Amino acid sequence: MSILIDERTRVIIQGFTGDKGTFHGKEMAAYGTNLVGGVTPGKGGKRHLDRPVFNTVKEAVREAGAEATIIFVPAAFCADSIMEAADAGIRLICAITDGIPAQDMMMVKRYLWRYPKEKRSTAIGPNCAGIISPGKAMLGIMPGHIYKRGTVGLVTRSGTLGYEAASQMKALGIGISTSVGIGGDPINGSSFVDILQRFEADRETEAVMMIGEIGGPQEAEAALFAKQHMQKPVIGYVAGLTAPKGRRMGHAGAIIRAFGESAAEKVEIMKEAGLTVVPSPADLGATAARVLGGLSKRVAVAT
Amino acid sequence: MDIHEYQAKELLAGFGVAIPRGGVAYSPEQAVYRASEIGGARWAVKAQIHSGARGKAGGIKLCSNEDEVRQAAKGLLGKRLVTHQTGPDGRTVHRLYIEAAVPIEREMYIGFVLDRKSERVMIVASGQGGIEIEEISERSPDAIIRSVVEPAVGLTAFQAREIAFALGLDSAQVTRAVTTLLGCYRAFRDLDATMVEINPLVATTDGQLLALDCKMTFDDNALFRRPNVSELRDYAEEDPRESQAAEYGISYVALDGEIGCIVNGAGLAMGTMDLIKHAGSSPANFLDVGGGASPEKVCNAFRLVLADPKVRAVLVNIFAGINRCDWVAQGVVNAVKELKPGVPLVVRLAGTNVEEGRKILKDSGLELVTADTLTEAAEKVVAVLKASSSPAGNGKP
Repeated sequence: MSILIDERTRVIIQGFTGDKGTFHGKEMAAYGTNLVGGVTPGKGGKRHLDRPVFNTVKEAVREAGAEATIIFVPAAFCADSIMEAADAGIRLICAITDGIPAQDMMMVKRYLWRYPKEKRSTAIGPNCAGIISPGKAMLGIMPGHIYKRGTVGLVTRSGTLGYEAASQMKALGIGISTSVGIGGDPINGSSFVDILQRFEADRETEAVMMIGEIGGPQEAEAALFAKQHMQKPVIGYVAGLTAPKGRRMGHAGAIIRAFGESAAEKVEIMKEAGLTVVPSPADLGATAARVLGGLSKRVAVAT
Repeated sequence: MDIHEYQAKELLAGFGVAIPRGGVAYSPEQAVYRASEIGGARWAVKAQIHSGARGKAGGIKLCSNEDEVRQAAKGLLGKRLVTHQTGPDGRTVHRLYIEAAVPIEREMYIGFVLDRKSERVMIVASGQGGIEIEEISERSPDAIIRSVVEPAVGLTAFQAREIAFALGLDSAQVTRAVTTLLGCYRAFRDLDATMVEINPLVATTDGQLLALDCKMTFDDNALFRRPNVSELRDYAEEDPRESQAAEYGISYVALDGEIGCIVNGAGLAMGTMDLIKHAGSSPANFLDVGGGASPEKVCNAFRLVLADPKVRAVLVNIFAGINRCDWVAQGVVNAVKELKPGVPLVVRLAGTNVEEGRKILKDSGLELVTADTLTEAAEKVVAVLKASSSPAGNGKP
């Protein structure tokens, strides 16, 4: 098991024939992802990367049985692409695109709620590095080789800090069940809580690492969720201890506006909720090793 | 993106929000002419900088005759105003807004924000205005009215009425308040704002309801479709280095430390800043070169970082996913040859094409400190900084 994707998941790319769609399409296919085609309006009927191109997502679902999509469509048109995928019944929608207007995302989220729960799509991103279930499938732009297959669930806002965590863990022999980038925008498809819920239910995942940053309420909500609803240990890190208030740090959502949004406050909330907090980004791997070590001891005592 | 008070007022007036009569002025003569155009016997001369709390900083003068208007304008133009929002350096006043002074009966607060919890537009209102909302929420949190707008429907009239009645307005004023609230919401939605604030909204003794000070902030990601908003940008209000960075396609925020940072990814950039602090020094800046960084872009990143005289060492930290370490390495080599930094340099590369990148650095024969891991990078940068600041060191003082 892993969450969201595995080697069977039938994946398409929206924005398939563009530079980014082409480059990452090749990488994803080479990793072993079950890439069944892609969508570029007006280019339907052609073949690209040895796979069919469709004009609409509905066609891709009908003809190729698409279940998941990764979106590289430019920011101005990205919200439309997410909604098209949702309307076509795509189960998992991962938007990589950076720079989508916040009100477009507000509209997208409202649109997703039109569907009854059992038919509703899960949206991941935008402004994220995507999803990888190491050794199985990659629906993202990460360098696949830095991830080792294993039992830690990883959920991060930042792409590069996720890479950092994965490679530190790999160097210590620790693997990852699935890594999910939820993105750096103020309004995102799935929150930390949404992903924690899935990791808690996943049999392959033994512990979860959550990498947050300044701005917004999601890290604090996730800490509370972990305390109340999770049995598995959760490791937390929050980037931006040195970030000044009121200044945007690159990501559209990385800005301290209100009480509880600074890194120091979020770390405090995580500690109070019983999470293991990583003191420095250089200690992501070592902290995971320590927590997993504690787990195996607990198992040993129990048996 | 922020805009000036007078610009926000002009925009909101276009959506039916009532404002006092007023006009912009760039010189004392224009200020006097504006006052005579507006008419009446009392005017406010208001400094236009992107900051609240201008009154406390002496940026707003009440005047009762032409001469006072001229003197106030003379005094304010070119003056540096320091508020708690501008930082210690303050901002220079280049524009004034001359406005008819109105007889105030009571002051209220209304604000529209993008609420990240509900992921919707939230209206925040209070019967106490004229002070900052943070202060109101600290002093009397119960006095704050909150209402969330359903995006598929927009702000409804009944919601606006509920807010107006909760503000304690009489029935004639309620109608005016509803117009104001609906106008602000439409402006928020139609112009892709992330914040609209009227503080204070005043009820006057002659029965009007006027927006006395307005503030609007816009979604940078939506400016591509709002040319009428993006043309309101005032570059004089921005840090020149940050504007320069934006031109290079780099995100950069100046801080007050001594180690310049060049990183890819916003999260890793913040993490690197924290790491430097953890290792006992402090970062001079936040810098994210972004994805697909060409050698030229990396070189531009060096230009930005080295332009800061406080920088005493530079740490390059790249974990390449869509980036390529060989390109970054080439950029580092070009920058060192072209810009001759004069401060020690630590480079940590990881990810895509890392071997090629390390080879380029090694073959360049330049005096660079390289690191493989984050821990090593932090230790080395602090070490080179110490070595260069000790008298025996040969680095730049």
